[in-house]
Amino acid sequence: MSPLAAQMPALQVVVPMLMAPFVLLLPKGLSWAAAAAASLLAFGIAAQLAATVIDSGPVAYQMGSWPAPYGIELGVDALGALLLVVVTGASSLALVGGRASLAAAVTEEREHYFYAAWLLALAGLAGIAVSADAFNIFVFMEISSLASYVLVAGGPDRRALPAVFKYLMMGTVGATFYLIGIGLIYMATGTLNLADMDLRIAGVADKEPILAAAGFITVGLALKAAIFPLHVWLPNAYTYAPHIATAFLAACATKVSLYVLLRFDFFVFQQNLSGHALQFSAYLMPLAILGILVGSGVAMFERNVKRLLAFSSVAQIGYIMLGASLVSIGGLTAATLHMFNHALAKGGLFLAIAALAPVAAGLRLKDMGGMARRAPWTFAAFVVAGLSLIGVPGTAGFVSKWYLISAAMELGAPGIALIGVMVLGSLMAVVYVWRIVESACFGKPPENAAQAAAVPRPLGAAIWAAALANVYFGIAPGLPLRLSSSAAASLLGHVPT
Amino acid sequence: MSGQQTILMAVTLPLFGALGIALAGRIGANFREAATLLTAVALAYCVWSLAPSLLEGARPAVSVAEVLPGIEIAFAVEPLGMLFAALASLLWIINSLYSIGYMRGNREQRQTRFYVMFAISLAATIGIAFAANLFTLFLFYEALTFATYPLVAHKGDKSTVASARVYIGVLLTTSIGLFLPAIIWTYAAAGTTDFTAGGILEEKLRGPAVGLLLALFVLGIGKAAVMPVHRWLPAAMVAPTPVSALLHAVAVVKAGVFTVTKVIVYIFGIDHLFASPGTGWLVYAAAFTIVAASVVAFRQRNLKRLLAYSTVAQLSYVVMAAAILKPLAEIGAAIHIVAHAFGKITLFFAAGAIYTAAKKTELHELRGIGRRMPITMAAFTIGALSMIGVPPTGGFVSKWYILAGAFEADNYVALFTIVASTALNAAYFLPIVYMAWFAPESGKPPPTHGEAPWPSVLALSLTAALTIAFFLFNGPVLELERQVVAAP
Repeated sequence: MSPLAAQMPALQVVVPMLMAPFVLLLPKGLSWAAAAAASLLAFGIAAQLAATVIDSGPVAYQMGSWPAPYGIELGVDALGALLLVVVTGASSLALVGGRASLAAAVTEEREHYFYAAWLLALAGLAGIAVSADAFNIFVFMEISSLASYVLVAGGPDRRALPAVFKYLMMGTVGATFYLIGIGLIYMATGTLNLADMDLRIAGVADKEPILAAAGFITVGLALKAAIFPLHVWLPNAYTYAPHIATAFLAACATKVSLYVLLRFDFFVFQQNLSGHALQFSAYLMPLAILGILVGSGVAMFERNVKRLLAFSSVAQIGYIMLGASLVSIGGLTAATLHMFNHALAKGGLFLAIAALAPVAAGLRLKDMGGMARRAPWTFAAFVVAGLSLIGVPGTAGFVSKWYLISAAMELGAPGIALIGVMVLGSLMAVVYVWRIVESACFGKPPENAAQAAAVPRPLGAAIWAAALANVYFGIAPGLPLRLSSSAAASLLGHVPT
Repeated sequence: MSGQQTILMAVTLPLFGALGIALAGRIGANFREAATLLTAVALAYCVWSLAPSLLEGARPAVSVAEVLPGIEIAFAVEPLGMLFAALASLLWIINSLYSIGYMRGNREQRQTRFYVMFAISLAATIGIAFAANLFTLFLFYEALTFATYPLVAHKGDKSTVASARVYIGVLLTTSIGLFLPAIIWTYAAAGTTDFTAGGILEEKLRGPAVGLLLALFVLGIGKAAVMPVHRWLPAAMVAPTPVSALLHAVAVVKAGVFTVTKVIVYIFGIDHLFASPGTGWLVYAAAFTIVAASVVAFRQRNLKRLLAYSTVAQLSYVVMAAAILKPLAEIGAAIHIVAHAFGKITLFFAAGAIYTAAKKTELHELRGIGRRMPITMAAFTIGALSMIGVPPTGGFVSKWYILAGAFEADNYVALFTIVASTALNAAYFLPIVYMAWFAPESGKPPPTHGEAPWPSVLALSLTAALTIAFFLFNGPVLELERQVVAAP
C-alpha cells in the first residue's frame, strides 16, 4: 500500500475539516468551489476506501501510530465504507448541483459561513463512520449536529428557526443520552475503544450500570436517527431547511446515527448482554412497523411536498430498522442496502424539489400543478426517483425490498405479517408519490407561478445522475450489495448463535 | 442476425422508435406517424423472423445482466411468448394505421406523447413475451402499467384522472401486494424463477401451499382481470379507443392471461398442479368471472363498457382453459389469446370508428347505423360472431379446443360455463347487430355522416379479415403451441 493510501481513513475526515476554516479565509467568490472540491476529494477517498475494503477487508488505522486501546484508532469496515460513500456522495452531488439554489437561499455575506458549516457537517458525519472509539463518535456526532443546525437554519425561511430549535433540543438530548451511556460503560470497563469494550464488557455484563448504559445508548441514538416515535424533530427540519441542505441531510444524516446504533448493538452488546438480541428485536420491530405505517400514513395526507417526503423518510427508516430487527443475514443485508438505496432515492427527490421550487410558487401539492409540462426533464427524474422510493422493479428501491421480503419469508408464519406491513407501506408509498405525480401532470398551474422554468444545468445534471443511479443500482446492484452483505456478515459474526 | 441479437433488437426497437417518434413529432405530424408505422413494421419483421426457427424447435435465449445471485434479466423465446409477441407486433401495425385516422379525426391533444407512450408500451409487451424468468417478466409487467398510465389518462380532465387512478391503483396493489410476494416465495422455494418446461416447483412445494401460491399468482396478476380484480379494465375505457383496442383488448390484458398461462405451464407444471390439492378452485373462479362479467356486459348501455366487460369474460376463458390442466385445453388457452385478440380489436375499432364519424357511444344510438357505415358494421358483426364462437371465425377454433380439453378432464363446470357464456354472448351481441342493420334510423335531423376516415376503416377491415382467416389458416399456430405441452 502506498504511503498516501495508508492514510486514507484519516484523510477522509481531515480533508473536509481543514478545508472548513480555509473556506472562511478564501475570497468569497471561491467558497463554493473550495467546498465542492473538498467534498469531491472526500468522495474520491471514500470510493478508494470502499474499493480497498471490497478487495482486502476492513482497514484499521492507528492515529500517530499509537496502538489501540491507548491511541486513537480509526477503522473502516464494509458498513463504514458504504456509509462513507453515501455521505460523501450525497454531499458532492448536492454541492455540485446546488450552487444556484444555495445562492438564492443564503445571502452573499453569509455564504462562506454556510459552506464552512457544510464541510464541518461532512467531516463530522464522515468522522462517525471512521471512528473505532465511542468517545470520538460522540465528538464527531456533536460536530456534525452543530454544523447541521446551521445548515437547516441557513435559509431565508423564518419557520426554520423553531424547527431547528426543536432539532437542537432533541439532538442534544440524544447526544447526552449517548454520552451518559458511554460514561457508564467507561466507569465499568475503563475503555472507550469499541473492540476493547467488547472484550472487557463481558466481565461486567450483569452490572446494572451496563444495562442502563445499553438503554441510554440505544434510546439516544434512536432519537438522533429519528426512529419512530422519536422522529418529531425531523419533518419540520427537513421542510424548512434550504432545499439543497435537505437533500444532503435527508440522504445521510439519520443513517449515520443508525450506523452507530447497529455498531454498538451488534459489536458490543449482543454477545455480551444476555437476551439483548431478543430485546433489540422486541424493542425495535414494533417501532419499525409503526414507523412504516404511521410515517407513510401521514405522508399520504400531507399537503406540503417537502414534509411529505420527510414523513416518507420516517417510514423508510422504519424499513431499515425492520431489516435490522430480524437479526439475520438477509435482514441486515436488506437494512444496510436500504441505507444506500434510500439515500439515492430521497437525495434525488429532494434535489429535484430544489430545482422545482423556484419554478413553483410554493411547495404545497397544488403548487406543483402543471409541473410536468413546465419542467418536464426534472419532473421525469423526480418520477424515476419516486418509483425507486416505491420499490418498482428496475430501480434500486426494489432490490432492498426484495431482500427485505425474502428475509421476512425466512421467518415463516410471523414473517407473513411483516410482509403484509411492507406491502402496505409500499402501497402507501404509491399513494403519496402518485399524489405529487397527478398534481404535476394534471393539475392547473397556479396563477402566480413563474412562467419560465429554467433549471440550472449543473442541478439538472445532478438530479439526472441520481435518477440514473437509481436505475443502474436497480439493475446492477453488485457493488453496494457486496458491501452490505459483508457488513451483514460482520455484524452478525458477533452475535452468538 | 442471430436469434439472440434479434431478441434484444425486438425489445429495444420500440424504445428507439419512441425516441424517433418524439424527434419526428417536432418536425411534423406526418413524420411522426411515419416513424410510428416504420417502427411497428420493423418490430413485426424482427419478431416474426424468429418464428421459423422456433417451429423447427430452436429456443433462442439471451441473458442481459445478473441482478442478484440467481436472478437475472434474461430473455428466452418459447412458443407461448412467440405467439403473444407475434400477435402484439402484428396488431400494432394495424392499430397505428387506425390511430392515425382516429386521433386526427377526433382532433385529440398531445398526439406525440400518445405515440411515444404507445411505443414504450409495446417495448414492455415484447419484454413480457420474451422474459425468461419471473423477475424479468415482473420488471416489464410493471413497466407496462406505468407506460400505459399516461395513455389512459390522456384526456386529462377530472373524471379521466379519477379513472386512471383506479387503473393504476388496482394494477399496482395487486402486483406489489400479491404478485411480488408470490415471485419471492417461488424463488425462496425453488431457488430460481426461470420458466422451465414441466415447472420448477414439483419437488419443492407440496400440499395446500401450492393452492395458496396459485391464488397469489392469479389474483396478483391483475392484468388477467379475474374477478374481483377486474375493476381497472372498465376504468381504462376512458382512454382513446386505439388504446382500448390494442392495449386493453390485446397487449395489457393478454399480458395478464399470458402470464397466468406461463406460470401454470412453466412454473407449476400442469401435472404437478393437477396432482396437488386445493388448485381446482381456479376453474370455478374463472367460470364465475365468465358468467358474472357476461351478465354485467348484458346490462351495459355504453358500447365501450360493454366491450370491456366482454373482455373480462373472454380473458377468463383463457384462465379457465389453462386451469383445466389438460394439454388440449392449454392449446385452447394459447389460441384463444389470438382468436379473441382479432375479434375484440375489430369490435373496438368499430366502436371507435362510430365515435369518430357519428360521436355516438351509447347502444340505443346505434339504430340503423349499418346503412351509414356498412363496412364498419360488417366488421363489427364478424367480431361479434367470433366472440360468440360461430364458424367461420377464429373464436370457434379456440372454443373447440377448450371444449375438447374440458371433455378430456371430464370438467363439467367448464363445459357448462362455455355453453352458458355462448348463450349470454349471443344475447348481448346479436341485438346490437340486429339493431344496427335492420332498425330504422332515429334522430332529428337525420344524420348525414358516412364512414370514419379511411385509415380507420382499412384497419378494421384488416382485423375482420384476420378474424376469418384465423378460422381457415391456423395450422402453424397450432403446430407451434403443441410444442408447449408436447415438450417433456
